[in-house]
Amino acid sequence: MKSYLLPEYMVERDHNRCIRCKACISQCTYGAHYYDEEEDMVLSKDEKCVNCQRCVVFCPTHAITIKNNPNSYRENANWTHEVITAIKKQAETGGIILTGMGCDKPYFTYWDRLLLNASQVTNPSIDPIREPMELRTYLGAKPDRLRIDVEEGDYILKTKLAPQLCIETPILFSAISYGSTSIRVHESLARAASEYGTLWNTGEGGLARRLYKYGEHTIVQVASGRFGVHPEYLNISAAIEIKIGQGAKPGIGGHLPGEKVSEEISRTRMIPVGTDAISSAPQHDIYSIEDLAQLIYALKEATDYAKPIFVKIAAVHNSAAIASGIVRAGADVIVLDGIRGGTGAAPRIIRDNVGIPIEMAIASVDQRLREEGIRNRVSIIAAGGIKSSADVVKAIALGADAVYIATAALVAMGCTVCQKCYTGKCPWGIATTDPWISKRLNPDVASKRLMNLLKAWSMEIKEMMGGMGINAIESLRGNREHLRAVGLTETELRILGVKAAGE
Amino acid sequence: MKGLNRISNPYGDDKVIDACSLFGMMNLKGKRFSSRDPVEAIANMHDRGNGLGGGFAIYGLYPEYKDYYALHIMYLDQDVKEKTERFLSKSFDVVFDEEMPTREAKVHDPPILWRYFVQPNKLKPKKQSTDDYVAEKVMRINMKTGKAFVFSSGKDMGVFKGVGFPEDIAEYFCLEEYSGYIWICHGRFPTNTPGWWGGAHPFSILEWTIIHNGELSSYGANRRYLEMHGYKCTMQTDTEVIAYAFDFLMRKQGFPIEIVSKILAPLFWSEIDSLDADSEQKRLLAALRQTYGGLLLNGPFSIIAAHHGEMIGLTDRIKLRPLIAGMKGDFFYLSSEESAIRLVSPTLDKVWTPRGGEPIVGRLETRSVIEILA
Repeated sequence: MKSYLLPEYMVERDHNRCIRCKACISQCTYGAHYYDEEEDMVLSKDEKCVNCQRCVVFCPTHAITIKNNPNSYRENANWTHEVITAIKKQAETGGIILTGMGCDKPYFTYWDRLLLNASQVTNPSIDPIREPMELRTYLGAKPDRLRIDVEEGDYILKTKLAPQLCIETPILFSAISYGSTSIRVHESLARAASEYGTLWNTGEGGLARRLYKYGEHTIVQVASGRFGVHPEYLNISAAIEIKIGQGAKPGIGGHLPGEKVSEEISRTRMIPVGTDAISSAPQHDIYSIEDLAQLIYALKEATDYAKPIFVKIAAVHNSAAIASGIVRAGADVIVLDGIRGGTGAAPRIIRDNVGIPIEMAIASVDQRLREEGIRNRVSIIAAGGIKSSADVVKAIALGADAVYIATAALVAMGCTVCQKCYTGKCPWGIATTDPWISKRLNPDVASKRLMNLLKAWSMEIKEMMGGMGINAIESLRGNREHLRAVGLTETELRILGVKAAGE
Repeated sequence: MKGLNRISNPYGDDKVIDACSLFGMMNLKGKRFSSRDPVEAIANMHDRGNGLGGGFAIYGLYPEYKDYYALHIMYLDQDVKEKTERFLSKSFDVVFDEEMPTREAKVHDPPILWRYFVQPNKLKPKKQSTDDYVAEKVMRINMKTGKAFVFSSGKDMGVFKGVGFPEDIAEYFCLEEYSGYIWICHGRFPTNTPGWWGGAHPFSILEWTIIHNGELSSYGANRRYLEMHGYKCTMQTDTEVIAYAFDFLMRKQGFPIEIVSKILAPLFWSEIDSLDADSEQKRLLAALRQTYGGLLLNGPFSIIAAHHGEMIGLTDRIKLRPLIAGMKGDFFYLSSEESAIRLVSPTLDKVWTPRGGEPIVGRLETRSVIEILA
């Protein structure tokens, strides 16, 4: 069948600049560039280009420009280029359209409608370069009260706190599985998290043994496929995360194609080489809240009650009520993953239409748990679409304890958010397990880039806090007085618990 | 000589000073004394206020009714007074009530001011403590109409406050008629909240009173923490949360001030980290921050807090507002400025500047002042 699809991008090459070095040809994993010997020219096949910018960055003479294809269908507010393309694609394949990364539509971002406060006159701002400024955060259940006895004039703490995780910045790396990415990505995340004093997350594909040494900074995931879950995996971790859902694809499972399941991945995931790794939509031992409680306590038993248990859900319509149930089921940390959350592969229609924005989820969950008087019994991590340090500050002011970042971490390592992760051919060597391509990611460099990102964002957070006259992050947590909104409706303001700018 | 009469500010407006004034005076033997010294001292710091709020709290105030909760209530109209009184007589046995004695003074738009001496009646649930019962009813009145405010609710103590300079408030409430063993006094320069009678300091719940200079940048976090524990913040000001924080930590959680100060103005993590790894103190300090982080008071503040038997001074942990302590014989002083202490007691046995985050406590039974060093 002849494809009626138009190429998305046009590759323009300045032949005066091109020195025929063929770097673009070797860098492009999609085969968009080729060398024509007769003409002695490097040429391109536009339809293969995904606009990942790999060739552009590596072209030594800056000869390449990638442009959006100016050809498009007749302008129509409803039957847009994207809509028509999707239908043609499905007519040609009969399949679900896959995509990678988070929702790319503009209509769900509240961060950009929220503005932060700063001190003027009545309250001095604090300079974080010259004064202490504390970002340290402890994740885990806090007791309702402490019992303190006086013994021989000394105060003795009688309450034993549930296990607490100390992070030096309220930013953790979110779940990215081994299999969707290479071990080099895991190693880079693990090294950066360990060095900075925060945590990273294995995702649902298990953890390669040679990374066990980073266990103190590792959150190990237990998802519906139960890949790579065994007692040692649980016990070397800092914490265990039960993955119920994911913001990019609430309500559906995952599928790692067999060709990605190499020898080492098969060993780590504990499945035969070359078999598809299917994560079912639900966890088949969790059909209700009491089942979740059982799994939480099974994991606590297996690890001697030494590890906090995270439960991660996609932010959906009744997250607040679900979160309350999760707290009562015994979770130590709740992870809320909003609709803009990323993924290696998801049906585009699900990614862009299912779930709710993370801002609304944080606000309603935090408020609900406070109303029930159980907010202290759990930490809240917000995930899905955190793009800057300002988003981190806003998430915490709305009520989160910390945030997860994954897309931002990938971007720091080289990702350009081209949304083709599901092809397994990531030219930046990230979303691929191909040994040849994945060598492009050097963990020495990538971990340094991740460290720099954590450092830069942390410094910016300190500057913003200092501006508000706050020198400890606990005074920012849930402090919605430091947020004002522009351009929101009364209902949105009420749910967010935020006043309008000028109020 | 030319220009002698020139004033440096040609616009006729007064120089802008941003501050509140705090003064506290306590007789450590519990001997009651008159309003003379406290009023003189707070009046001396006139320029730190702007006439939009002044107030006093006095302990040992009503010895003849010392077993009864003394409710001081302000009403914005007669109608709400009648409604509130119906509620009071339903919830309490009222042994005595009267209009609060006042006289003409330079105060702005005073509300109706009434005081009641009460005990919970038999409607109080058996399981609930009398304090909790009274606190709950106070919150309910303050929430209900927006026109009736209980601004004092402890036993043998009372708050007097309003819109005006503190010396005028003292005049208005005839404070020369009263005596007590602790006086705390406040002159206000409101910035973030309107100057209204309920918004003047001290803030009080049961026997706890607080006066405050500064602005809490943690207000939103503190408020939501306290709301989770049943407190309703109705006074449109950040100081209210300090009063509730003290009530919550000392009365409900039962902590002494040594512990409370480490929650409100805790050590930095770097200081906690430097303690011996296995030490009991390290475990305790970390657990306090982890558990009660929502009550950390952030931003510039100095406060004087009092309840029966104790007067406490505390500043934020990087000391962005002033607080001076002084001792003379059995008298213990806390003040925004040393000049105010010197005015009423020119010679002092000791005068010092407490460190940021370090509480200074005058305690009745020990007849001493305790400095708690980290």
